[in-house]
Amino acid sequence: MVKTPIYMDNHATTPCDPRVLDAMMPYFTTKFGNAASRNHSFGWEAEEAVDKARNQLASIINAKAKEIIFTSGATESDNLAIKGVVEFYKDKGNHVITCVTEHKAVLDSCRALERQGKATVTYLPVDKHGMVDPDDVRKAITDKTVLISIMYANNEIGTIHPIREIGRIAKEKEVIFHCDAVQAVGKIPVDVEKDGIDLLAMSGHKIYGPKGVGALYVRSKGPRVRLTPIIDGGGHERGMRSGTLNVTGIVGFGAACEIAAKELPEEARRLTELRNRLQAGLFERLDEIYLNGHPTERLPGNLNVSFAYVEGESLLMGINDVAVSSGSACTSATLEPSYVIRALGINEELAHSSIRFGLGRFNTADEVDYVADRVTREVKRLREMSPLYEMAKEGIDLKSVQWKA
Amino acid sequence: MSYSDKVLDHYNNPRNVGSFAKDDPNVGTGVVGAPECGDVMKLQLKINDSGVIEDARFKTFGCGSAIASSSYVTELVKGKHIDEAMAIKNTLIVKELNLPPVKIHCSVLAEDAIKAAISDWKKHKDGAEEPQAARAQEK
Ligand SMILES: Cc1ncc(COP(=O)(O)O)c(C=O)c1O
Repeated sequence: MVKTPIYMDNHATTPCDPRVLDAMMPYFTTKFGNAASRNHSFGWEAEEAVDKARNQLASIINAKAKEIIFTSGATESDNLAIKGVVEFYKDKGNHVITCVTEHKAVLDSCRALERQGKATVTYLPVDKHGMVDPDDVRKAITDKTVLISIMYANNEIGTIHPIREIGRIAKEKEVIFHCDAVQAVGKIPVDVEKDGIDLLAMSGHKIYGPKGVGALYVRSKGPRVRLTPIIDGGGHERGMRSGTLNVTGIVGFGAACEIAAKELPEEARRLTELRNRLQAGLFERLDEIYLNGHPTERLPGNLNVSFAYVEGESLLMGINDVAVSSGSACTSATLEPSYVIRALGINEELAHSSIRFGLGRFNTADEVDYVADRVTREVKRLREMSPLYEMAKEGIDLKSVQWKA
Repeated sequence: MSYSDKVLDHYNNPRNVGSFAKDDPNVGTGVVGAPECGDVMKLQLKINDSGVIEDARFKTFGCGSAIASSSYVTELVKGKHIDEAMAIKNTLIVKELNLPPVKIHCSVLAEDAIKAAISDWKKHKDGAEEPQAARAQEK
């Protein structure tokens, strides 16, 4: 029997790996120094630890240690990349290209710049699988374009964008390319050289590290990317991000990267297998369920499914010993169904019916089987209660009905 | 968000789920909401010639609070005269189920469903129109 509750929401956050916690512990207690203290051993010890982590981060994305800027998380990294580039290169241009399914950290940074009159932004559409067309990126570039910001892999539907092609276009057109790689780093191979990425955001808590620590990779050569800082102060992190370094968090982030890099090939294979098992378990037993996102170009641990005629939040309520998330309006702060699912062009009702399963390092095949059973049973129960299911079974085309809400 | 015990109870043990024959002249059917908004409630009331609601059935596509609101309403209206039922306010449902502010629309929908079902019954009692369960009714 499996132990409940089962955590299957690893795109939202991941538990800290015990090995990561072990690495962090001394920096809470005996090794508590400030990495900026240059004149005693406490400071040196902390600085050494930060340097080690910087190398561990650099290594997982094939960068150089000095190109890593530590931040409070990927939200800050995205803000710094976008606002920092637009501000620094304002004499060169003011046009930014991004895409409609980006994380809010990217979209709202862009919106803030638009509101302030500092940038004009092109929001590229995605295809029905949630993928950006590199040709659209190319066509959107103008002589005013200073930044392209496209995520590596989407946090809701798991779709992996054609990053290498976009990187190539950015190089060719000499536009800086920022990539929010929060969901990709440690899960699939990411290589800033081969992928042609100039700025890259990552986060500790998505890869079994601690929360509240992130990083921004800033390319130092070919081209050297410059940024105006968004936080002013003591000039830490080569002036790009002031503030006493979160040494414990950084040490944990570094350890998390090292573990993820080492285990990546085996873990990606294992998660893909588990994900496929879950997918088969659901699709074999339920009719009228739909995969959201790309059928193959998808993060190993991601499965996003719409269960027609069943509202997402009610399904979450029914499987209350399983932690997953839904694109249903009822589960979002804005009371709107997921903008990512809606961007796929599927009908609105299916956006309300979407569930995201996020498999991670600590999930097992037994858990997957349990979840597939639990979801199947609950979907069937809720469909028996659903007027839409009844109408559909009677042969009524729901699209032809005039709803009066 | 956590749910009140009453919402959980109605969600886990919904009362009066199901459908009556749509062509039964004593049945009024109300369908309110829209799939793209994430809630659709179908409420059916079996009403006798003196205007007393003898039985009720529901089916709901929506969140747990929407399911609970409709389930609760089926219990609430049974035995009531249609005039009494027409006077039921959504605030009563909010209070009874302890719905948080973001779920008030579920109670509004349930109130609308009662009104829609009764007016459907009246319509075909008056012989003006056949019951049309499949069509969404006006609020
Ligand atoms: C794609 C993506 N970008 C950015 C973030 C924000 O990361 P953080 O929680 O480190 O601020 C997240 C996490 O929700 C994410 O999934």
